[in-house]
Amino acid sequence: MTARTRELFGLIPVSLLVAAGFAAVLATRTEDVSDATITYGAVFLGLCVVAHLFIRARLPDADPYMFPLAALLAAVGIVLIYRIDPEFAREQAQWFVVGLILFCATIMAIHDHHVLERYRYTIAAVGIALLVMPRLPGIGEQVNGAFLAIKIGPIQFQPAEFAKLAIIVFLASYLRETGDILVRARLRPLPAGRQALLYGVPAVGTLLAILVLGLGTAGSALLIVFVASLVAVLRERPSPKHFGPLLLVWGLAMLMLIFIRDLGSSLMFFGGFLVLLYVATDRLSLVGVGATMFFGGAFFLEENISHVHDRVQVWLDTFSQARGVCPSTGRVTEFVNCQGYQVAQSLFAQADGGLFGQGFGKALIEFNGSSLLPAAHTDLIYAVLVNEAGLFGAAGVLGAYLLFAYRGFKTATVANDGFSKLLAVGLTAVFALQVFVIVGGVTRVIPLTGVTLPFVSYGGSSIVANMVLLALLLIVSDHARAERIRRGGLV
Amino acid sequence: MNAQIRQVYGLFVALFALLIGFTSYWAVLDAKGLENNPDNRRGLIKEQSIPRGLIFASDGKTRIAVNRAEQRGDTRVFIREYPQRGLFAHPIGYSFITNGRRSLEQSRNDDLAGKENEFESIFAGLEGRDEEGNDVVTNLDVEGTRAAVEGLAGRKGGVVAIEPQTGKVRVMVSIPEYDPNLIPDDFAALDNDPNKPTFNRTTQELYPPGSTFKVVTATAALDTGKATPETIIDGSSPKEISGVPLENSGGEDFGPISFTDALTNSVNTVFAQVGEQVGRDTLVEYMKRYGFFADPELDYPDNQMIPSGIRRNGTQYVQDGFDAGRVAIGQGGSEGAIEATPMQMAEVAAAIANKGRLMKPRLTDRIVRKDGRVKERIEPDLQSEVMKPETAAALTEMMGRVVEEGTGTAAALSGIRVAGKTGTAEVGANREFTQPWFICFAPIDNPKLAVAVTVERQPAGSFGGVVAAPIAKSVLETMLGGQL
Repeated sequence: MTARTRELFGLIPVSLLVAAGFAAVLATRTEDVSDATITYGAVFLGLCVVAHLFIRARLPDADPYMFPLAALLAAVGIVLIYRIDPEFAREQAQWFVVGLILFCATIMAIHDHHVLERYRYTIAAVGIALLVMPRLPGIGEQVNGAFLAIKIGPIQFQPAEFAKLAIIVFLASYLRETGDILVRARLRPLPAGRQALLYGVPAVGTLLAILVLGLGTAGSALLIVFVASLVAVLRERPSPKHFGPLLLVWGLAMLMLIFIRDLGSSLMFFGGFLVLLYVATDRLSLVGVGATMFFGGAFFLEENISHVHDRVQVWLDTFSQARGVCPSTGRVTEFVNCQGYQVAQSLFAQADGGLFGQGFGKALIEFNGSSLLPAAHTDLIYAVLVNEAGLFGAAGVLGAYLLFAYRGFKTATVANDGFSKLLAVGLTAVFALQVFVIVGGVTRVIPLTGVTLPFVSYGGSSIVANMVLLALLLIVSDHARAERIRRGGLV
Repeated sequence: MNAQIRQVYGLFVALFALLIGFTSYWAVLDAKGLENNPDNRRGLIKEQSIPRGLIFASDGKTRIAVNRAEQRGDTRVFIREYPQRGLFAHPIGYSFITNGRRSLEQSRNDDLAGKENEFESIFAGLEGRDEEGNDVVTNLDVEGTRAAVEGLAGRKGGVVAIEPQTGKVRVMVSIPEYDPNLIPDDFAALDNDPNKPTFNRTTQELYPPGSTFKVVTATAALDTGKATPETIIDGSSPKEISGVPLENSGGEDFGPISFTDALTNSVNTVFAQVGEQVGRDTLVEYMKRYGFFADPELDYPDNQMIPSGIRRNGTQYVQDGFDAGRVAIGQGGSEGAIEATPMQMAEVAAAIANKGRLMKPRLTDRIVRKDGRVKERIEPDLQSEVMKPETAAALTEMMGRVVEEGTGTAAALSGIRVAGKTGTAEVGANREFTQPWFICFAPIDNPKLAVAVTVERQPAGSFGGVVAAPIAKSVLETMLGGQL
């Protein structure tokens, strides 16, 4: 069976799921199943088959599982959004079509992804421009305290979704070139005396700093990891210019925190960068320095940017009963019913789901005009999923994401050249990190931030950008696998 | 590079495992804790959006509690309505999202709200059943309840009627009543009303039981062999009890008198002596067998029941050190006075009527699913064996005499023999009021119903046999009339 035939068969369960999902939602809403459910399933299958035929023609050897997995996630998303508001689902379906068009256009335009390397600085500039756009007067829009969206006329747009693609392309290309000179071959062990000095002085210094500054557990751990990593880096005697890119990207992430005020997206970008840095250099010490600098900076900024501070407070003490004037309503309420409301309600909705969930269409989202799940169709869509499909359904969706990530990383290992590997790793990592950041926020692993759940959340920018991401991964995959097949190495 | 890529993939597997771990925690492991979080309104909203079970009277047809559907936004909610208004307010109570629940609506909430365990709800899901509440059929008799309300005629007080063999509570009336339909609007006013209309006088209020308590003393004396119905005891008045002279009602001096005649004429001095002879420990033992010193074992909320018993200063329950002679006649002193709820005194009558076997009182007869299948039937359940059957038979005969020729003649029914006992406690700061009582059961040879009646703070000279007995008679007549 060829890769493409496998892909086609993969789409059948997806369309069945769409039909069944809509049937369930419609049954709870109108108490009779209209033939609309079959129409939805058929239209969705039709669209996917068109995209499949396009892949068959242009990228015959690309990975056969990624597209059905993306379609599956999009199907789950549309069913969940339909239950929240049919109008949103109609718009989402339109954006899905736009996404498919851009998906095909990307594949048409970029025959060989290596062409991207040539425009890497242009691409980097575009990425940074996209990131700062929401702060521009006139078009920038503040949503829940963060600057993530711009508005031109009637169209709202989240540039960060596209910026993530541009920045990964730039980093993959940049690190492919400089990754080797970032690190030298390991040196011979130092003489015992100098070795003691290299390790001893920072160790004593760190201990003193912890004692003098009276750092807490988290601060001490950060400092220890930072110093240890720094020592390991310095042991290889790099020239200062090698720290340039590291500091530059760190500075960019900090600027993002200050400008966009969104911990989630900067975590996503910087995490993607660290993954690429590690894969390119094989130096955990560099990752250690970078990660500790990021968290150190984030801790400092957390204290000083009230929006980020609020999010962290909600994360740490969601159910706080402390009373105060609620900024959004102006009334005196408990913290849990004001700032903590969204996260608390998210957890209540998940508790309501249990093992098997309430069933599609049964989630309690609003009552008597007041919302029980603020931003249910975007930020909290995972909470709706747990409520309706239970722990099992949610684990299934997370499993689909993990499979997608597996195929992405698999593509990277199969690829032949450094740029292809780094590009596939970067795109996959930033995609999976985005899932972690939003699901982690909804389940209170980390503070909740406003990034979307790829392919599932409502949002045009998100679905379109992720379709482009999928197209890039498939292009890399097609090249890598075609090469392997030519050499007879891939079944 | 491929080794690093695999490590990165391993990292993501770990991160996703963390997500699943946290989801499991919130959705399953800590789900109960989150459901019980006071800031979580989901339970309340859901309860409102599924139709609550109906509540019926014992005939299975008269609807006591029904639902009205209302559209709120895109959710349909159900609001309780009580077509019988105040008639069953005290046993049934109310259930409103804003005011909470009371009485049977509270104690049978899990059934009425259709709460099922995880296993049952999966089953319901497979069968495609909608979640809905189960109906509750009570033991409450409509006509008997009406008779009791008419009998009290607006006077504060309580009436309880129990079927002795089964413990079925057929009548539970507390006056004043309240209209549960008004609760959402007038909750504060009703709750603050000095007449305490939302207060169930049959289970929450303690009254001095007066001479009706002599039946308990007689049980202890007869069952332990300290006395027989024929034992002759000195009934002169006054007589010194615990160093203080005690008088009979109206100061009447009966001289030597049989135990049976003493009950017929409610002779205080005889029962005080018998009480002293029986002793505190034995008296307390028999009281406990009757259910004193504990909440009634009724399917009713704990916070709406109070134990009957001997209390000091009206608060502290005591089982020793009290004046046995005065407690034995339904009074007491500063070391402890006997107080009882109408429910408790109805249980006393029911235990004697059922040959000494006290059945647990039950408001609920059965739980019925929406499709008509009976989910649960409340079977008669023995609470305690209070006395030997012979003791019960002797006591029954003695109480029959009370109605035939003693203080309780007002309860006599034509054609049916009734056994009963009157009581008239003096209350008020200057003993300016009385608390008339009557407990009884009938028919005497095959008791079908035991009744306790009391009326609150009546003018001096209102005797139990005059004020309370006719109300009991009316309830008996109404409910047993058809069985003649």
